[in-house]
Amino acid sequence: MTDHERAPIVTLTDAARHFGPVRALDGVSLSVAPGDCIGLVGHNGAGKSTLVNLVNGGLSPSSGSIAFTRGETALQAGVRSVFQELSLCPNLTVAENLRISHTALTGPGWRRRARAEIGASLDTIFPNHGIDADAVVDTLSIAERQMVEIAIGFAPRGTEARLVILDEPTSSLDAGIADQLMAHVKRFCAAGGAVIFISHMLGEVFEVASRIVVLKDGRIVAERQTAKFTRAELVDAMGHVAAEAVESAVAERAFGPEVVSTAQGLRARKGEIVGLSGLAGHGQAAALAKLYLSRSSSWHSRKDPDVVFVAGDRARDGILPLWSILRNISVSVLQQGARWGLVNGGAEARIAAEWKSRIGIRTDNVENPILSLSGGNQQKVLFARALASPAPVVIMDDPMRGVDVGTKQDVYAMIRAEAAKGRTFLWYSTETEEVCQCDRVFVFRNHEISAELTGADISEEKILEASFEMQEAS
Amino acid sequence: MSFLARHRIILPVVSLAVLLAATFYMQPRAMSYFGLNLLFNLAVPIALATIAQMMIIMVNDIDLSLGAFVSLVACVTATFLNDTPMLGLLILLALILSYALLGALIHALDLPAIVVTLGMSFVWGGLALFILPSPGGASPDWLRTLMTVKPPIVPMAVVASVIIAAVTHLLIIRSGIGTVLRGVGGNATSVARAGWPVIRLKAFAYGLAGLFGVLAGMTLVGLTTSADANIALRYTLLSIAGVILGGGEFIGGKVSPTGAVIGALTLTLAASFLSFMRLSPDWQIGAQGAILILVLTARLIFSRRGEA
Repeated sequence: MTDHERAPIVTLTDAARHFGPVRALDGVSLSVAPGDCIGLVGHNGAGKSTLVNLVNGGLSPSSGSIAFTRGETALQAGVRSVFQELSLCPNLTVAENLRISHTALTGPGWRRRARAEIGASLDTIFPNHGIDADAVVDTLSIAERQMVEIAIGFAPRGTEARLVILDEPTSSLDAGIADQLMAHVKRFCAAGGAVIFISHMLGEVFEVASRIVVLKDGRIVAERQTAKFTRAELVDAMGHVAAEAVESAVAERAFGPEVVSTAQGLRARKGEIVGLSGLAGHGQAAALAKLYLSRSSSWHSRKDPDVVFVAGDRARDGILPLWSILRNISVSVLQQGARWGLVNGGAEARIAAEWKSRIGIRTDNVENPILSLSGGNQQKVLFARALASPAPVVIMDDPMRGVDVGTKQDVYAMIRAEAAKGRTFLWYSTETEEVCQCDRVFVFRNHEISAELTGADISEEKILEASFEMQEAS
Repeated sequence: MSFLARHRIILPVVSLAVLLAATFYMQPRAMSYFGLNLLFNLAVPIALATIAQMMIIMVNDIDLSLGAFVSLVACVTATFLNDTPMLGLLILLALILSYALLGALIHALDLPAIVVTLGMSFVWGGLALFILPSPGGASPDWLRTLMTVKPPIVPMAVVASVIIAAVTHLLIIRSGIGTVLRGVGGNATSVARAGWPVIRLKAFAYGLAGLFGVLAGMTLVGLTTSADANIALRYTLLSIAGVILGGGEFIGGKVSPTGAVIGALTLTLAASFLSFMRLSPDWQIGAQGAILILVLTARLIFSRRGEA
């Protein structure tokens, strides 16, 4: 192949990106040349999105460098990204959305030219797509929106698309459309374009990629020609505790009767710690939210709630930022001590003091504002809020996000102690280590449960296997 | 998506038609050149103010200072613009510029527009009182002539409304820059990712709002021939109601200039309609609110059905 003799489109040299103490990307060197189709794989938090954001200019590296051969910026170099989270303007038409990303499209008649350009791009990638360039995006189905986004990514837009980054492009496409995309990616690379392809469907990655790069903990751990990888090796490369033989932390215990059972297949018995795993955004949080809402009322709060919820996104749906630590803890139990609808201040203070010592919230006064605590301690407050209520079922939506190791250990111990007393925990976590602490694990893929693991079966390997689609992309 | 959800303009048009038919039924004499002019005279400044509000709502903000701003412009028009036209013009330009700056500030510091504009409403109101402590002033003659012009066949108010709707439709719906501005309301992140300077776009949207606010104040003076520091305070809520009546949404950059003008006409007509019903003025504001709720409920029902 003469392709590699040509100048690379983008070269990363020892690029790192830190978010505070978190090393999202820890020194990555990668070069993408015309004709390359790079399959980028890795588990949650391996640094895939950070890498993508460095390449497309969304973030700048904390150290190391990124060089484009043509032009100064990613835009000038012809780097385009197609994001998983759909970044179209839903209030505009398909053609108008092209106008947003094609800044040079001006002057009278731009609408006609935009229509022609997006139409041509759609026709090339997805023959018989049936999408009207004048349709408003929010009238389109999710799959159609994804197709439009991909088409905009590959459209010439005044210059030329040289490197297109596709982040889980097929997640909302059906098999036939996904095949059309695969075929186009191959054509595009053969004609001298480059693609970075991120997917949890390993079959697709094997089919389309010329080279596979495996990211783990912010570093590239393997980079080989696709032909030199087998599936098993790939999964091995992604895992990190697999070699150390995860000891099943939990001894077999006797559980009570089943207390949770959803139509989706999620089940939990009394006293059980049930983990939800799989790649982020595959329906775990939605399943938990649905379960919680079905078991609680939005009209009145009961004195003895059936379920409580520990939020993972503290800032968004956890803490009450203007309140003190005490009030943040006691808000779930106000009903219990209340008399005549008035808050019982004494009981409130007692509960807060009790939980401060039980869970170890590091503060000298629970009257301090909640924001005076570190992230980990704020999360402890949220645990205290949930555990202070007598609810038999505790739902946790990735509660350990951004929590330090010490706090994690404290909380694990607390969860195990509470489970032994007969509480049921449903625990969604993006960290496999945590999931391995559970008695039973449900692995989610594409909003469905793809595997149920118990006892000794709970291992990183098995979870990875179930999170990634192992079949050939049909 | 149902037909109505796709063509959002239908509901405002039907609302206006129904109200117009009811008015003609109550008072057949309104069905004339003179009658229509009376009915819709005050619609011109309201329509312009509604367009101004629409510019702000288009970028997912809301302007609570519009009424005070239009009052201030009216005071400037009735004094400076009449006495020393050059100075008056400069002041008005400065006001438009300050609106643009406000937009940039709100974006740069990530401030809630609702708070900033509420604060600014006191600034505008104070300045208006400073300029014109008691009602008075006079309209520049050319403005008076412009607002009382009598075109053949259809009255001035109707012609002006059509012109306003056509111009803003071209600007916001058809032009490239208008499309990008609506994109800011729809998904600001993706607009920024494509390399647009969002802060300048927001400043531009606010600047446009300032421009239409100034036009609203000027036309108002042209109609009333004098000004008062509180002359247009109710425009704030009227303009928001007009945008929503016309098929706009508070967030998501879904706005319709034509709809907004029709919404403003509907609100103006609602007031006249209630007078024809011989409803005591004490009840009129409440009844106007009731009409508003009725139309908005109808819209909500249709859009819900469209989703189902």
